[in-house]
Amino acid sequence: MFIINCPYCGERDQTEFTCHGEAHIARPDNPSEISDEEWGRYLFFRENPKGTHFERWTHDHGCRRWFNVMRDTVTDQIIKTYKMGEAKPEISNE
Amino acid sequence: MSNQNRTIYGGKVNREKPINFVFNGKSYIGYQGDTLASALLANDVHLIGRSFKYHRARGILTAGSEEPNAIVQLGLGARTEPNIRATEVELYEGLEASSQNCWPSVNFDIGAMNNFLSRIFPAGFYYKTFKWPPSMWLFYEHFIRKAAGLGQSPTAKNPDRYEQKFYYTDITIVGGGISGLLAALGAGRSGCKVLLIDENPELGGYLLDYNFSINEKDGKKWLKKIIEELNGLANVTILKRTTAMGYYDYNYLTALEKVTNHHAEFSSTLPRERYWRIRSKKVILAQGAFERPLVFADNDRPGIMMASAGQKYLSRYGVLPGKSVVLFTNNDHAYLTAFEFVEKGAKVTVVDTRDLLNARISEKCKSLNITVFKSYSVIKTYGDKKVNRIEIQQVDKNQNKLTGEVENIHTDCVLMSGGWNPAVQLFSQSRGKLKYDLKINTFVPDKIIENQKIIGSNNGQFNLQENLNESFEAGIAAANELNFNSVEKVNWTGKEEIEFTHSDIEPYMLGKKKVTKGSKHFIDFQNDVTAADIFLAQREGYISVEHTKRYTTTGMGTDQGKTSNVNALALMSHIHNKPVDEIGHTTFRPPYAPQTIGAIAGRSVDKLFDPERKTSMHEWHVENKAVFEDVGQWKRPYYFPQNKEDIHQAVKRECLAVRNSLGILDASTLGKIDLQGPDAAKFLNMIYTNAWSKLEIGSCRYGLMCNEHGMIFDDGVTSRLGENHYHMTTTTGGAARVMSWLEEFLQTEWLDMKVFCTSVTEQWAVLSISGPNSREFLKDLTNIDLSKENFPFMKFREGEVCGVKARVFRISFTGELSYEVNVPARYGRYVWEKFMEHGKKYNITPYGTETMHVLRAEKGFIIVGQDTDGSVTPSDMNMDWIVSKKKEDFLGKRSFTRSDTVRHDRKKFVGLLVNDKKTILPEGSHIVEKALKQPPMKMLGHVTSSYYSPTLGYPIALAMLKDGFSKMGEQVVVPLMNGKIIEATVTDTIFYDKEGKRNNE
Repeated sequence: MFIINCPYCGERDQTEFTCHGEAHIARPDNPSEISDEEWGRYLFFRENPKGTHFERWTHDHGCRRWFNVMRDTVTDQIIKTYKMGEAKPEISNE
Repeated sequence: MSNQNRTIYGGKVNREKPINFVFNGKSYIGYQGDTLASALLANDVHLIGRSFKYHRARGILTAGSEEPNAIVQLGLGARTEPNIRATEVELYEGLEASSQNCWPSVNFDIGAMNNFLSRIFPAGFYYKTFKWPPSMWLFYEHFIRKAAGLGQSPTAKNPDRYEQKFYYTDITIVGGGISGLLAALGAGRSGCKVLLIDENPELGGYLLDYNFSINEKDGKKWLKKIIEELNGLANVTILKRTTAMGYYDYNYLTALEKVTNHHAEFSSTLPRERYWRIRSKKVILAQGAFERPLVFADNDRPGIMMASAGQKYLSRYGVLPGKSVVLFTNNDHAYLTAFEFVEKGAKVTVVDTRDLLNARISEKCKSLNITVFKSYSVIKTYGDKKVNRIEIQQVDKNQNKLTGEVENIHTDCVLMSGGWNPAVQLFSQSRGKLKYDLKINTFVPDKIIENQKIIGSNNGQFNLQENLNESFEAGIAAANELNFNSVEKVNWTGKEEIEFTHSDIEPYMLGKKKVTKGSKHFIDFQNDVTAADIFLAQREGYISVEHTKRYTTTGMGTDQGKTSNVNALALMSHIHNKPVDEIGHTTFRPPYAPQTIGAIAGRSVDKLFDPERKTSMHEWHVENKAVFEDVGQWKRPYYFPQNKEDIHQAVKRECLAVRNSLGILDASTLGKIDLQGPDAAKFLNMIYTNAWSKLEIGSCRYGLMCNEHGMIFDDGVTSRLGENHYHMTTTTGGAARVMSWLEEFLQTEWLDMKVFCTSVTEQWAVLSISGPNSREFLKDLTNIDLSKENFPFMKFREGEVCGVKARVFRISFTGELSYEVNVPARYGRYVWEKFMEHGKKYNITPYGTETMHVLRAEKGFIIVGQDTDGSVTPSDMNMDWIVSKKKEDFLGKRSFTRSDTVRHDRKKFVGLLVNDKKTILPEGSHIVEKALKQPPMKMLGHVTSSYYSPTLGYPIALAMLKDGFSKMGEQVVVPLMNGKIIEATVTDTIFYDKEGKRNNE
C-alpha cells in the first residue's frame, strides 16, 4: 500500500487514489487523417516495463486532480510525482 | 482425579482461581492463567483431534501460534469458531470446546480407516482419481467437499462487534520477546513514538520459560523491570494478544488484536476484536523462531511434542506432560528441558543424534541420572491414542545409515528438538530475501527492501549475550535514523546455563535414507503430508518447490507450514542431493495466521455496508407503500402497488394513467452536472457525438457520449442556461463516471479549455410529470407561460412552481407531453405533496422505474447499460441521426471508421413482436438461426428489453440482431430455457406514436 505524494495535497494513502494506466499518451491532433494502425496504437498499445513506468493517477478522495507518477515496477518505489503538462522526467541509469 | 499432571509447585497459573471448562462434553477444571492446551494436559487429556486426511489421533505438538495438531471447535451457536489453536486459547469460565474432523467421536472415529487405506491415498490422489471423465467432476466434488475441511462454520449471524483502527507511528516493533523489548526500550528512551506488538497475553517471549541471569542475577526480575519501564513510557504503546498479520508496501502493517475473546462474558462496550492498520516510518521485526520437529516413523502420536513446548507447559503452567520422558534432540539447548523435567520428578532418557557431547552437559546428565544415547535416533513409535513405546537405533554418520540392535524404550512423552527456524513470514511478505544458513541449517533474512530492521533469533541470532546488546542498540539506531537523540548504551551480561548450538538437519531427520514401509514420517502434521509423499512428488516430476507444495499440499494448512516448511525443503535437498539454497522456498503471503472475516469487515456491515442514497421525496414514497429498487446506491421506487396489486397489475395501471391522463415520477436521481466557462460549447462538441454550437439559450438537446473506441457509454439531455452556462443530465448509474470522464479530458488533454464542471445531482429534486393533462395541471401552479407557442418541446424555462423557484425542462422519456420540474432539493417533498393534492382531479398517478421502462420501450428509447453493453456504436443503435457528419473531431469519431465498426454483420438494434401475441420473452434470451434440440445453435443476437405493453395490449421486445436493419419483417426464433421455441417478427424499435406527435402537443 503506497504513500503517494499528490502534487497538490502532499503525502496521502494509496486508498485515496486511482491509477489510470500509462501516462504521456497524447491524443492525436488530427484523428481523421491518421491510419487505422496509428489510431490503434493510440487506443490499444501500452508499455509494460520492468523498471521505471510513467502512469496517470487521480486523487479521487482528495483534490480530484489528475497528475503523473514515475514508479519503479520492480521495487514499487515512487520516484517522482508531477503535475499534468510538466515534462516527462529523464530515467536515470543509476 | 483432577489436574493429575499438575506439579506440586511451580508455574505461573493462579491455583487459587479454578476455572470450569468443557471439552467434548466432559467437564474439567483448570486454573486462571492456563491455556486450553495446558489445562487439558494437566487433566491428562492428550487426544485432542483427528488429522485431516488419515484421521490419525493427534495431540498437542507446540505451545504457541504455530500449532498444527491441537485445533478445536471453540464456543457454541453464533459465536462458534472452527480451527482454533488450543495452545493459544486462554481459559475462561464456562469455555466449551470440542474435537474436529471426527465422527462419531474423537475416541472412536470411523474416518480413521483412511489410515489403513493410506496406500490408496498417496499425494495427488484426488488429482489422479477424480480427473476423468471431466463431466463427472461436479459429482465427485460434492463428496470431496464433504470430506474436506476441519471445523464447522457458524450458521447464525455473528452478534459481536469488530472495530478497526488506523494508526501512525515512528517505529513498530513486532514481537515482545527479549529482542523486541530491548529495541522498544532503546527507541522509547530516545523519545520516538513506538508501537510494540506481541501475540501473547504476557510479554517476555521464550525467556519466560527458561532460567537465565543478567549481570549474574536472576534474569526474570530484570525482565520484569524492563517491562515496567516500558509500561511507564508515555511514547510507547504496547499491544498484547495482537498478531501482526500482513506486511505491505511502504511499511504498512495489519494486526489483529483479540480484545475480549478471552473473556467469559462478551462485553457490551468493548469489541471482540480490533483490526489495526498501521503505517510506520520504521519497522523492527523481532518475532523470534519456531522449534523444528524431527522426522521419524509415526512422529505424530499424542504425547510427542516439541521440547520447548514441554518446557513451557512445565515452567509456565506447572504441568508435567509425562513421567517417563524421552528427549530426542540434535542440539545442546534442549537439554535444559531435560534437566527441568528431572527436577520436577520425571525420569528422562535422552536420544541425541550427535556423537560428541559438551562435557558440562555430560556431567550434569550423569548427576541427574539421565541416560544419554549418543549417535542414536528414534526410528519408530508405538501407542494407540498416546505414545507408549519407541524404538531407537544407532546412527553411523560416516556411512549415513542405521546400524546395530534396535532398542526399545517405554515412555509416555517424547520431547523433540530439531533446531530452530526464524519466523521469517512477515519479513518475506515485505519482500525481504532469504538465504540458507548452513551453520544453523535454516533460512535466515538476507536482503531487506523496506525501511526495516530484523533482530534477535528472528534474524538467526540465538545467543543471549549478543541479542541483549544488539537489540537495544537497534532500537537506539532506529530512533537515531529518524532524527531522535541518542541515548546511552547499556552493557548487560546475560547468561543461559546452556547456549544455543548448531543443529543438524539431515540425515537423522529420517533415521534412514529410505522411508520405513507401514509407518508414516510426518512432515506437515496438519495436512497429513509424509516424507513418502515428498519422495513421490519428486519421482512424479513435481520437482519445483512450488509444484511439490501444491501436489502434496505441504505447508498449505491453516498453520501455513510454520513447523513443516523447512523440513520439507531439507528433504527435497536430501533427495536431489542439492543444497537447500538451490531448492529455494515458497512465497509467504498474508495473513500470518488465520483471522476472522468479521475483523476485516469491521463496522462496514448491515446498514453501514454501503451508503444508501435517498431523494428528498423518499419518505413520501415509503409512506405510500412504494416497492423500491436499488439503482447504484440510490433507492428508487420500483412501483406503487395499490390494495393487493401485484407488480403486473400496478405497472399496467401506472402506464395507462400516463398515456391517458397524468403520471408523476421522482427523477431526482438523474445525474446532473453544471458546466460553466467560455469554452463550454466547444467542450460539449468534443464530448457528444452531435453538434452544440448552435444550441440557443433556453433550449435542450439530447446527446450521446462515446468513448474513444466509438462505443456508447452514456446519454442524457443537456440544456443551455446562459451564454456560457449548461446543465447536463446523465444516467442515474453513470453520473460519477461521466463526471470523471469530463474531468479526465479537461485535466489531461485540453488543459487550455476554460470549463468548470460541478456535480449538482443532489442539489435538485426532479419531479417529472407526464401525460396529456400535464399542461392543464401545471398551468395553475406556475407563473411560467406554458402555451405551446411560448414553451415548445425541447425548451427550458425558469420561474416559480408552487411558489418555489424552479427550472422546468420540456423533455420527455415517455413520449407524452411532459415537464421535468427541478426545484431546490429541500423543497422536493413540499412541491411533490402540492402536486399530489392538486393533481387529484386528473387522477395523478405516481409511477416507478418499471413503468418508466415500459413507457420508454414502447417508444424505442434506449437505456444505456441495458440495451447497450459497451460494445455498440450509435450506428448499431440506429442512431446515425445524432452523429454529426460536419464536426471534424469528437471523442469516438475516428473509431466509427475502423474496419470492425463498419462491418455489416454487426448486431443492430431492432424491435421484436412475438407471433403468439402473448409470450413475454425473457430478457437475455438468444435469437438463433435455427432452433435445435440442444446447443450449440448458431446465434444471431439477444433480447435486451422485454415487457408486456399495457398501451398496446401485447408484448414488445427490443433486441440486438445480426445485420438486423436488413431483416425487417423477417421471422426469427427464440428458444427458451423451458424447451419452448418462440417465433417472432423483426420490426423497427418504435411501437407507439411513430410520428412522435404526442410529446409535441
